Amino acid sequence: MKTKLTSSQTVGPFFAPLLRGDLSQMVSAETRGERVVIEGRVLDGNGDPVPDAMIEIWQANAEGRYDHPEDMQEKRLDPAFHGFGRVGTNARGEFTIHTIVPGAVPAQSAQSQAIWQAPHLNLIVFARGLLTRLVTRIYFPGEIANDSDPVLCAVPAGRRATLIAKDIERLAADKAASRRLCFDIVLQGANETVFFDV
Amino acid sequence: MTVVGYRRPAPGINPDNNSSAYASTRARAPRHPAIRIEHTLSEITGPHFETGGASAIDLTRGARGEALGERIIVTGRVLDDDGRAIAGALIETWQANAAGRYAHESDQHDAPLDPNFAGAGRIISDSDGAYRLVTIKPGAYPWRNHPNAWRPQHIHFSVFGTGFAARLITQMYFPGDPLLAIDPIFQSVADPDARARLVAALQMDVTVAEYALGYRFDIVLRGRDATPPQE
Ligand SMILES: [Fe+3]
Repeated sequence: MKTKLTSSQTVGPFFAPLLRGDLSQMVSAETRGERVVIEGRVLDGNGDPVPDAMIEIWQANAEGRYDHPEDMQEKRLDPAFHGFGRVGTNARGEFTIHTIVPGAVPAQSAQSQAIWQAPHLNLIVFARGLLTRLVTRIYFPGEIANDSDPVLCAVPAGRRATLIAKDIERLAADKAASRRLCFDIVLQGANETVFFDV
Repeated sequence: MTVVGYRRPAPGINPDNNSSAYASTRARAPRHPAIRIEHTLSEITGPHFETGGASAIDLTRGARGEALGERIIVTGRVLDDDGRAIAGALIETWQANAAGRYAHESDQHDAPLDPNFAGAGRIISDSDGAYRLVTIKPGAYPWRNHPNAWRPQHIHFSVFGTGFAARLITQMYFPGDPLLAIDPIFQSVADPDARARLVAALQMDVTVAEYALGYRFDIVLRGRDATPPQE
């Protein structure tokens, strides 16, 4: 290390210019993979909605490949999917992400044999009152791979559920719609979401 | 797949979210310590944005004339902590105008808006990691953290480097600002040297005669213990 790091500071309440362009819609008609809509709320330690949070999403494509030069897996890139999203919460603390279910990606492995991570979205949460960004993940309900995911397994069993989205019942008339999931982000308190030190 | 992770910041560089002098942290800072995980492909990869975007922008030329206030130049480089330039980094800035007012619907400060100053910019660092911003020196503004609370003059910076783990949002301050000593957000950085690095340096070689004072502000992101393999 020759130079010294720049410290984090809060995003504050006035980050609206970062939200120009609709980056909550991560898919287009050509994107490969199963569509999913993730709805959630950001809540504070009093259970009150956080109306000024900004969430960033980074994920692999449907085959489990990140659109990044260091992902050298022999899987196809999807020209219609980059994998980055950004969304702000509304006055009720709500956010909605339109994306696809990513494929599995490999984990760090000392052996040549890969250990696979369960499909997940990587999230960063910024808000007034957060001096340093919070990092979490969204996993998908009903995935058998969740049981052996090395990151989920590093979380105390009693808190793992905070990282797994919940299915929202589809309306009978709405069968053709995308899969809908709910994922609330609780910043503080009894049901506090697990955040990671990366 | 062997992954070379990012180095961890030394203690005192990034603020503790439990910093109660900053009132908004009290109900928002998590109480559980963050769970440390080793970096995987998910953490070392990250989004990239259009390359070839402008590395130098000017926010002072409004549609109907020049923005009001003291014109300044802010320039610097995006680096990793090995001193390597990060080319193609996306830098987004936003700030108050000269009167201390944001062009934002929820800014209730009773100070005038400037129709020629939107106060937000988007820059892509060049092949040397360099960027250049011509803007207006932002005013101090009141906030409701405690009675008679004022934020020091600052410009917000959002930076995407190479990987999602290195994602950074910070604020740049100005040298000699007496509010720095009593600002709970600036003071939330425990390491005094790290605080000093958030204060831009007045530089006469950046200053343009008869035009604008110049400040240098380098942004240093986390590096890695081995050079990542090339594409
Ligand atoms: Fe501000």
